[in-house]
Amino acid sequence: MSGTAVTTEAGPARTTAAGRTRALARAELTLLGRTRATLAAAVFVPLIMPFSLRSAVTSMRLEGTGLTVGSVLLPSSIGFALLFAVYGSLVSVYAARREELVLKRLRTGELRDVEILAGAALPSVAIGLAQCLILTVAYQVTLGVGMPERPGLVLLGLLSAFVTWPALAAVTASFSKSVEGAQVAAAPLTLVSLVGSGTFVPLELLPDGAAPFCELLPLTPVITLIRGGWSGHLSAHDTAGALATAVAWTVIAVFAVRRWFRWEPRR
Amino acid sequence: MNTNEHDDVIEVTGLRRVYGGDGKDFEAVRGVTFSVGRGEVFALLGTNGAGKTSTVELIEGLAPPSGGRVRVLGHDPYTDRAAVRPRIGVMLQEGGFPSELTVAETARMWAGCTSGARTAGQVLDRVGLAHRSDVRVKQLSGGEKRRLDLALALLGDPEVLFLDEPTTGLDVEGRRGTWELVRELRDGGTTVLLTTHYLEEAEALADRLAILHEGRVAAVGTPAEVTASQPSHVSFELPDGYLPGDLPPLPGLGVSGHETTGRTIRLRTGELQRTATALLVWAERARVELRGLDVRSASLEEAFLRISREAAAHDGDRTRTTEPAADPRKARKRGAAA
Repeated sequence: MSGTAVTTEAGPARTTAAGRTRALARAELTLLGRTRATLAAAVFVPLIMPFSLRSAVTSMRLEGTGLTVGSVLLPSSIGFALLFAVYGSLVSVYAARREELVLKRLRTGELRDVEILAGAALPSVAIGLAQCLILTVAYQVTLGVGMPERPGLVLLGLLSAFVTWPALAAVTASFSKSVEGAQVAAAPLTLVSLVGSGTFVPLELLPDGAAPFCELLPLTPVITLIRGGWSGHLSAHDTAGALATAVAWTVIAVFAVRRWFRWEPRR
Repeated sequence: MNTNEHDDVIEVTGLRRVYGGDGKDFEAVRGVTFSVGRGEVFALLGTNGAGKTSTVELIEGLAPPSGGRVRVLGHDPYTDRAAVRPRIGVMLQEGGFPSELTVAETARMWAGCTSGARTAGQVLDRVGLAHRSDVRVKQLSGGEKRRLDLALALLGDPEVLFLDEPTTGLDVEGRRGTWELVRELRDGGTTVLLTTHYLEEAEALADRLAILHEGRVAAVGTPAEVTASQPSHVSFELPDGYLPGDLPPLPGLGVSGHETTGRTIRLRTGELQRTATALLVWAERARVELRGLDVRSASLEEAFLRISREAAAHDGDRTRTTEPAADPRKARKRGAAA
């Protein structure tokens, strides 16, 4: 038998969820490397902005708050990574794939919906994770932040974030009609998170009345868990609150994707 | 493979699809029923907006039907897509590939998501795109994009192939190439469901077809069956000095109706051979020449136009004429001949 492809009598080998997701993620990684704007936002912004923030943090009045320059900067930087490398980048990716009918085409194949969303998210999530590691090492060397006191909390915070934020990106993309529109749609949550989740300014330094609202924002529990995990100064009550908020946002985001995610452009 | 050879590969019963929208529901598919047997090429014909794509998307399992039932290879394609998808290939009406990937990268990605996939090189070769492997999708011509789409639909050697307007945007050569490929696939046992608004395409490829009109099946059968109910035509220029009344009595020739345009008369007949023979014998005896003589069997095109018009007239609750003309322009001039 030459020249023709032969499938075995037992039937062709079935694809696996991991294999399909990997094939899609590989293509997405190639695409990410070719979209300069997305790549720049994903790679440089979260790596450069924390350093530019350093002088601001150094001048903050941290005495009496139990915070150090390093313990403020590290969670903030991780927040940046999540907002720009993961959330902002994925909002554009999901909108672009929808508008090019790529999502619709993928849905005609063997990929399940969750595999499509995960495959598209993986490269951005990997970049976000890499940024977190690089930033941690950098702060350990330059600011001596040391190792986390309770690494479990840090991991839980990151784990919930890497599910919640891609899902929030998918939902955000659904409320836009184009890639440009998607970037605009991403702005409110990005800004609110920068201001209200302790990314720019530690919550301890915000006015008293704002704290209860800010604690309920989706990025806040992530920052709280990472900061608390590093310092070890997080009460059982605050830990439980942060974990509950993180889980609640994961559930809300996943539900919202199932309910509102649009796989095709509007007619 | 796993299903009984005699089973219908696609069964559609009473299918409905309603697009919701703030109290303004639009019913695109209104009770469509048909079936496609194993190894058949089945064409869904219809004007734009007839519900072809809406119907095919339900059969592909992209959305749940609002009503009715679909079975593909014995499974519900929406709820049981894990069982169906590895055995089908789908080509959507347009696009669906990231414009910044190359042809080869696109094929590799798709191969990683397809059970029993051939290599990218094999399928690209099959549709004549192998030499464009390293070109970005955004740089392909419209026809090349269609062929890439077709290549990927064929990647897993599907048992059932869905082609939504596969040749739209292709040049003549590309169209013939796709037709050739569809015939090869049919000969290899693949079941093909295609939509088209090219009647010649349906005539060239389809073993059976359904004409959709406003979400309903207006006619279904082999191309011969669908055209059989339609009249054939004989047209010619009236010889100088002759009026229609000078011809032999038309009902006696098997003619069911006629119309004139200038000097040209067009006869409708259910008995083409009898009508043509009688007419030619008359001309021979009268020693007149029938210039521009055209003897034509019923075509799918006429069947299509007539069915669309009848359905439209029915929908509009208008009185139906007993002799719908093949062309509205001629219908207006028909009075002159009566």
